[in-house]
Amino acid sequence: MAEPLLVVDGVTCRFGGLVAVNAASLGAQEGQITALIGPNGAGKTTLFSIISGFVRANQGSVHFAGQNVTGEPPYRLARRGIARTFQIVQPFYGLSVRENILVGAHLHHRKRDAALAVADQIGRDVGLGEMLDRAADQLTVAGRKRLELARSLATEPKLLLLDEVLAGLNPSEIRDIVPVIREFCRRGITILMIEHVMQAVMSLAEQVFVLAEGRIIAKGTPTEIVADPAVVEAYLGRGAAARLGARHGH
Amino acid sequence: MRPFLPIAAVLAVLAAVPFVVHSNTTLNFLVVALMIALAGQGWNILGGYGGQYSFGHAAFFGTGTYVTAILQVRYGVNAWFGFVGGIVAGAALGGALGALVFRSGLRGSYFALVTLAFAEVLRIIASVAPITGAGVGTLIKLDLGIRTFQFQSRAAFYWIILALVGVSLVLAQLIERSRFGAWLIAVRENEDAAKALGVDASTVKTVAMVISAAITAAAGCFYAQYFLFVDSGIAYGTWISIEALLTPIIGGVGTVFGPLLGALVVKTLGEAAKLLTGDAPGLDLIIYGTVLVLVIWIMPRGLIGGLASARKLMRREAPAAPTGEVRHG
Amino acid sequence: MLSPAILIPAIINGLLIGAIYALIALGLTLIYGVLHIINFAHGALLSAALFAAFFAFRLLGLDPYVSVFLLAPAFFTLGYVLQRFIIGPASHGDDRNMLLVTLGLAVIIENALLYAFRADTRTIDVPYAFQTINLGFTFLAVPRVVGFCAVFAVAFALWVIMTFTDTGRAIRAVAKEKLGAQLAGIDVAHVYAVTFGLGTACVAIAACLLIPTYYVNPRVGDAFVLVAFTIVVLGGMGSVPGALVGALLIGVAESLSGLFLGESLGQIGIFLIFIVVLLVRPSGLFGARA
Repeated sequence: MAEPLLVVDGVTCRFGGLVAVNAASLGAQEGQITALIGPNGAGKTTLFSIISGFVRANQGSVHFAGQNVTGEPPYRLARRGIARTFQIVQPFYGLSVRENILVGAHLHHRKRDAALAVADQIGRDVGLGEMLDRAADQLTVAGRKRLELARSLATEPKLLLLDEVLAGLNPSEIRDIVPVIREFCRRGITILMIEHVMQAVMSLAEQVFVLAEGRIIAKGTPTEIVADPAVVEAYLGRGAAARLGARHGH
Repeated sequence: MRPFLPIAAVLAVLAAVPFVVHSNTTLNFLVVALMIALAGQGWNILGGYGGQYSFGHAAFFGTGTYVTAILQVRYGVNAWFGFVGGIVAGAALGGALGALVFRSGLRGSYFALVTLAFAEVLRIIASVAPITGAGVGTLIKLDLGIRTFQFQSRAAFYWIILALVGVSLVLAQLIERSRFGAWLIAVRENEDAAKALGVDASTVKTVAMVISAAITAAAGCFYAQYFLFVDSGIAYGTWISIEALLTPIIGGVGTVFGPLLGALVVKTLGEAAKLLTGDAPGLDLIIYGTVLVLVIWIMPRGLIGGLASARKLMRREAPAAPTGEVRHG
Repeated sequence: MLSPAILIPAIINGLLIGAIYALIALGLTLIYGVLHIINFAHGALLSAALFAAFFAFRLLGLDPYVSVFLLAPAFFTLGYVLQRFIIGPASHGDDRNMLLVTLGLAVIIENALLYAFRADTRTIDVPYAFQTINLGFTFLAVPRVVGFCAVFAVAFALWVIMTFTDTGRAIRAVAKEKLGAQLAGIDVAHVYAVTFGLGTACVAIAACLLIPTYYVNPRVGDAFVLVAFTIVVLGGMGSVPGALVGALLIGVAESLSGLFLGESLGQIGIFLIFIVVLLVRPSGLFGARA
């Protein structure tokens, strides 16, 4: 297999005495959707923040497209082609939807007209075509998630880090947005997503990494992962896999 | 071209004023109001578009004033070059301060505080340093002529300051519609989100501070030529820090015309107060302070923002954000 | 020049004046710790309090050490009202607006004082103004010693309020986690106002301790508050022990630099400390990361 687009190697991050991420390694294969799952507090968002440059790792390295990008500031990583969304959406509330997306589009388009064209196109692609002139703070939760997605897509990334874009959405909203993510992957954007909605992970991801208490405890295809006793234990507690197994046995 | 039409129209109307109004008092009033509008536009670039509220823009105004005066008086530099020198010095100071402050990540209260303190340090230094004339101040010799940038007619000064205001309006409009402007506004709204989208926030803010400082310094340079005298209380005094932030906030923070509108309103109020009660010390500032609090209370987006929401209400559109409230992420 | 006979009294004097700074800084840091904004009206309120103490003496014949028991509650009320009915509602919950409103209030108060009392500098005459305590190697001014003790009494009282009363607990809860406190049924607007009131009361007490040996004019508060800003930044914004230690340090630094550099340069020294601390370690000596 080719060298992955993103390689995280042995990353450790401490906050005071708390080890949020402990020697975690993972990779995202170019053109694929990779999922990062794990129980609450496992350190997923911290790992994302390290990859996107918002938090500095104490140890370990991040390579992107073959280059060592460890410790680079977020804006430089964005220029290299790493975009992220925030788990707690961070729209520019005072601006319209179009102006929000425009900020991202400006990364590779200096001219306002060209950037506006890109912004409008991406707005329509994520299903915000009708909302472009609305103020960002008038959007629903689902709308804000789409806006978050659109803004980062407008930077024309190679790698997109999605931090729980489906959280807080109802099943029909999830059904609407999953194809959008798949479509952008089909267009060649590599995606690494943190997700709790297992159904979506199962249908989207080709590779899954499981983070628990800061460590990567399992990796594999979605089907392998759900069958992995270590994963079940991480979610449901020690001995859960055995108990479940025993029940199946009877 | 279309976005510049309102600017052209406003400038054309204002440029015609001296043909109609011949009273020196009125022209003098307008010259001072336009000078404050210019200083306020400087503040507006950094504070209005960039969300970095400086409480010490006197640092730039004063540097412009002193450099213009000192270059002429002590080094015999031509007044026009002195003027440019003042602007350059202001911009350089803005760049240096911006680089220091924004790289160490200071914002909000801290930024307000450090700018305030910085202006105060400069005021104290200027009040004791020999080169500024210390407590006595610096006087530019009266010597009328184009070469010396001194005019008998108020109208000449009026057109010069109007031209400077015009440049600042065009600059604000250009910034508003540029990539730099989009990034600057993004930083104001939410710095982390902006960084994630590839915006180098501290550089963007520093550049904004350079432009901001240069514009406010230009107002200071003009002050030196118009009044031909400067001391530390004028140059680096709190009054100009207050007026520079007051005008855009009253007119409409982060809008092209906000500072101009705000300056005309503020100066009219100040003048009216003087007429009503005589020239009592502090009265104009009491009024300014009250207007500042009331505008933030009632129309947080200033007169221009207030008018816009009023018009929206009249058209019975769904009101945007709860009654004109400005939201900062 | 560096003989201990000069240095030690200078240091002791620095500590005594530092204590008054501490009180002013305490009010500022308390407000910052809870409301997360710098109160730019602090200096103007100090000027107002000095005028109040002055007129209490001149018109009512009240000694400042007596009038403090009237002025502290009066200024607590003033601070409460300002925050609850002006600053809070006017700023729509936006920090930047809150800064501007306190700045606006500062301008109003300061210039109202200027308008009413002109720029004249006034002093009061109390019998103990020049009394000293002889320590053998140096003399201590009585009013300053009183001030020093009073400041620690006030700091202790504040600590008691914060630790043992429900209001204190509510204040600490809001400082830590505003939303959580709100959900737990704490009236945040009230807590903000109480905090602002306490901060303003500190200023009134400081004014009564200062007036016997100091003067008053409409701008007098500014000088103190810029020093207080420095202290708060040095000690760490929102940290009470930081404010106390920072104030004593600054008091000594000022006293020593005044000795070596003269008055106005000594002032610049303080500002330079201030700017350097802000740039190098904005969290201060005791504060969490800014």
